[in-house]
Amino acid sequence: MRHPEQKTLLAGEESAATPAIESAGGKSDGPAVILRGLHKSFDSQIVLDGIDLTVEDGETLAVLGRSGTGKSVLLKLIIGLQKPDSGSICIHGQEITLLHLDAMNEIRKKMGFLFQQAALYDSLTVEQNVAFPLKRHTKMTKSERGDRVKELLASVGMEGDLKKMPSDLSGGMQKRVGLARALALDPGILLLDEPTAGLDPITSGEIDELILKLQAEHDMASIVVTHDLHSAKTIADRLALLHEGKVQIEGSFKELEKSDNEFVAEFLKRDS
Amino acid sequence: MPSTLTSVWSLINHFLEWFGDLAFFAWEVARSAVRRPYEGRELIRQLDEIGSRSLPLVALAGAAIGAVLSLESRDSLVRFGAKSMLPAALVYSIIRETGPIVTGLVVSGRVGAGIGAELGSMKVTEQIDAIEASGVNPFKFLAFTRIVACILMLPLLTLAADFCGVLFGWIAETLVEPVSFLRFINKGFVGASFSDFLAPTFRTAVFGLIIGMIGCFQGMRTKGGTAGVGFSATSSVVLSSLFVILADVILVKFILVFFP
Ligand SMILES: Nc1ncnc2c1ncn2[C@@H]1O[C@H](COP(=O)(O)OP(=O)(O)OP(=O)(O)O)[C@@H](O)[C@H]1O
Ligand SMILES: [Mg+2]
Repeated sequence: MRHPEQKTLLAGEESAATPAIESAGGKSDGPAVILRGLHKSFDSQIVLDGIDLTVEDGETLAVLGRSGTGKSVLLKLIIGLQKPDSGSICIHGQEITLLHLDAMNEIRKKMGFLFQQAALYDSLTVEQNVAFPLKRHTKMTKSERGDRVKELLASVGMEGDLKKMPSDLSGGMQKRVGLARALALDPGILLLDEPTAGLDPITSGEIDELILKLQAEHDMASIVVTHDLHSAKTIADRLALLHEGKVQIEGSFKELEKSDNEFVAEFLKRDS
Repeated sequence: MPSTLTSVWSLINHFLEWFGDLAFFAWEVARSAVRRPYEGRELIRQLDEIGSRSLPLVALAGAAIGAVLSLESRDSLVRFGAKSMLPAALVYSIIRETGPIVTGLVVSGRVGAGIGAELGSMKVTEQIDAIEASGVNPFKFLAFTRIVACILMLPLLTLAADFCGVLFGWIAETLVEPVSFLRFINKGFVGASFSDFLAPTFRTAVFGLIIGMIGCFQGMRTKGGTAGVGFSATSSVVLSSLFVILADVILVKFILVFFP
């Protein structure tokens, strides 16, 4: 396999590199997410050019990179909204690039996804938006569901706007409702596209804390795309910097800071 | 000359490609439909949205057509001394052709544009992706429910249009020359058999299929922001009206063969 100079902090890398397709789709079949040699182009534009990443259960990976480097595309590949041109994506040991829709949907139920633009259902209220996955995939009674929705919305500080329509919310509020919806089914894997973009420092801090708490409580694996270095530093065990379709560097914040790569240094400089 | 040829060729190509995509879409919808869950609740919502809410417009269109037909044909029938034929002529023309096609076209406009715009804006704001990401099949949840609602509702809406057409045909007639509704109906349906009524009404289920399928297809393949949504809404109406008219011609021929 080709993963050149990046240092991976994980043991058992070689067993992870050969995905076990025969696994019954349950948890604990290896790392939460393994990406190997992912390529994705749109027409002639090469967006991802060989991405290798691994995320263990209970680990948070922050994905950084300049605008337009394909961070959102990467998340969409992982949840199967787009298909890679080549390469492999393993979710808890199951190769998803070959999966058909029904099996993919089973896996998606264990994943929470926050879109960059929140993508709330605009014909449903805030409450109904968060209830949607619960209604679809659980046998909860109406009152159980109501309680769960209130609890979720409270955790993102939106308990006061249950009956509002998404169009009546600010961008940051939509983002938080989107996060509550992504968390509804207690996902094992959380994919967040800029969860704190457009939020004030205090709310950002609260969201960061929420992610840390979930990570500790549920052993949840998260991939968080962010431009917010401070937040990345707080929540992420590891950071990966995407540049020109490749993972430029990967490691803890300290390791990135020590790097003598010019681009990395410039990227991190802005923060201080 | 070669340039027109290539442009015609590219147009044909374009159309074939569109048709292929439509067939693939239909296949996806059909395949998703046979598996659980059956989306009953969403279907009921769509039946209301597509059926009940189209009722006023369809009824109005039917009423207008009935009144106009009655007034217009009265003049010519009187001229040929066949005035007593009026109820039968009216009922026959409304039930066999005018009711179904008017309903088909009115619903193409209202529902076609509605579905195209709704699904189109869901597509460009990533809401359809969000549905998919939460493990729900959008072909079933969004498309199948709307298509089935259209198929079920069009025959019912047609009945409503037929009824209003006959009713207002009678009103227009009775204002000129008073006649009781019962008598009018009796004369109208004389010689009409059940199959006169059944085949044309169920023909509109095919219109429903066309309207639902094209609206959902155009909506779910929307590209490019607000302008794309506008295009999807317009093209849904244009294409579904076109195919409703085409299907009407084909089905009339078909029905004449099987129910002479
Ligand atoms: N559906 C698509 N069709 C064509 N090109 C696309 C599509 N989706 C993304 N792209 C292209 O892929 C590239 C990466 O897009 P992406 O949205 O992943 O960027 P990003 O890293 O998330 O940027 P940002 O930080 O601004 O959100 C962009 O150049 C974009 O134009
Ligand atoms: Mg992005």
